[in-house]
Amino acid sequence: MPILTAHDIHKSFGGEEVLKGISVEVEKGGVLAVIGPSGSGKSTLLRCITQLETVDRGDIAICGETLVRTGKDGKAVYSDRAVCNRIALHVGLVFQNFNLFPHFSVLRNITEAPEHVLGRTKEQAEASAMKLLKKMDLSDKADAYPCRLSGGQQQRVSIARALAMNPDVLFFDEPTSALDPELTGEILKVIRGLAAERMTMVVVTHEMAFARDVADRVVFMADGVIVEQGPPEQVFGNTQSERTKAFLSRFHEN
Amino acid sequence: MNYSVLLSQMLGATLMTLRIFFVTLAFSLPLGLLVAVGRMTKVKAVNLPVRLYILLMRGTPLMLQLLFIFYGFKPIFGIQLDRVPAAEAAFVLNYAAYFAEIFRGGIAGIPRGQREAAKVLGFTRRQTFFRIVLPQVVKGILPPMSNEFITLVKDTSLAQVIGVVELLKITSDWVSSAVSMIPFAVAGVFYLVMNAAVTRCFTAAEKHYSYYR
Repeated sequence: MPILTAHDIHKSFGGEEVLKGISVEVEKGGVLAVIGPSGSGKSTLLRCITQLETVDRGDIAICGETLVRTGKDGKAVYSDRAVCNRIALHVGLVFQNFNLFPHFSVLRNITEAPEHVLGRTKEQAEASAMKLLKKMDLSDKADAYPCRLSGGQQQRVSIARALAMNPDVLFFDEPTSALDPELTGEILKVIRGLAAERMTMVVVTHEMAFARDVADRVVFMADGVIVEQGPPEQVFGNTQSERTKAFLSRFHEN
Repeated sequence: MNYSVLLSQMLGATLMTLRIFFVTLAFSLPLGLLVAVGRMTKVKAVNLPVRLYILLMRGTPLMLQLLFIFYGFKPIFGIQLDRVPAAEAAFVLNYAAYFAEIFRGGIAGIPRGQREAAKVLGFTRRQTFFRIVLPQVVKGILPPMSNEFITLVKDTSLAQVIGVVELLKITSDWVSSAVSMIPFAVAGVFYLVMNAAVTRCFTAAEKHYSYYR
């Protein structure tokens, strides 16, 4: 059974339709890469699934629970607050610009939600946070404040923060776009490691080589629609649409 | 002029000045936060009265507000407040409006991503406000707050219009009875010392919060 199904998602901002009927599915343990030009609606799709935006129409179900469905009048009907909150705990999101809490230490950035949302004790939360920091190769930064870390280190902390909530599916919204080129590698390595552990992930990315290597499914979006999707070998190796070809050729040139 | 009597009376009146100062802060800061939240809500039934309140408080003289609360409440509401509580009420209501606007600016200055990160992590709106947003607001609003605190120390002298005996009232009484300007100079030093202390507290607070950017 898929962990995430989104069907016929529509979303407009001020009369301009940004998502024009998007459908995606992610299986447990799968890695979906979402690629496409800027303004294609990739981030909006992620923000709709993670409840940072509401959809105008469409169905979303996560871990078998319905977040939103299309009502008889064609408008979105959201489940009640309790269900939405429960679904929110199944998903984690890593932002492009980290959004760490600057007034908390690295450790507290990671423990705050497990303690105050999941009700873990301080000791439990700190023990698992230290494990995650070790995994992220940041054990020595537990007491540092985010402003003292490099962009790559901050992004690894934010991945640890998301993982501390034990999400069933982890979303990445262009996790390397705010980083200097020499720092993207460390983040991609972490995501690769998570993929090897069969973490279910959806990654919006401009890193084509990464999408090809790590994803087991690739979606190419443009102008609010899915132009092409399939396994990476197919999307990258046997591209069908002209739109996708044109987009990918720009990357091959570089 | 008996200087020891002058000084002891001025010190006594300074206690009244300090009382008004601290009572005003104790009530107007939380009230200001509440007003800021009311000002930012989209619920019109809350937002509009709050905006009217802020306009009234910032748009009319504090002295008029003092006079109104002390002399105007009896004929209108049938309540006669004592001089000091009336002064404190006026200061609280007036300063809450200014504090509210400072809080509002501070809250608006917190990047949207902070709230989004908190929401995705499952924090309730209340938790997000008190754990993530407000602590960061405090750091940002220290400079404008220090202005207001300093102004408040000096504004307490307005309480004399409704007969509250505070520092400047005692001072001017001494000036007229002793026909000497010296009490004015002494009062100036008193205000300066109080505001130097206020400034020092704010410098310490800014230093305390400098551990992050």
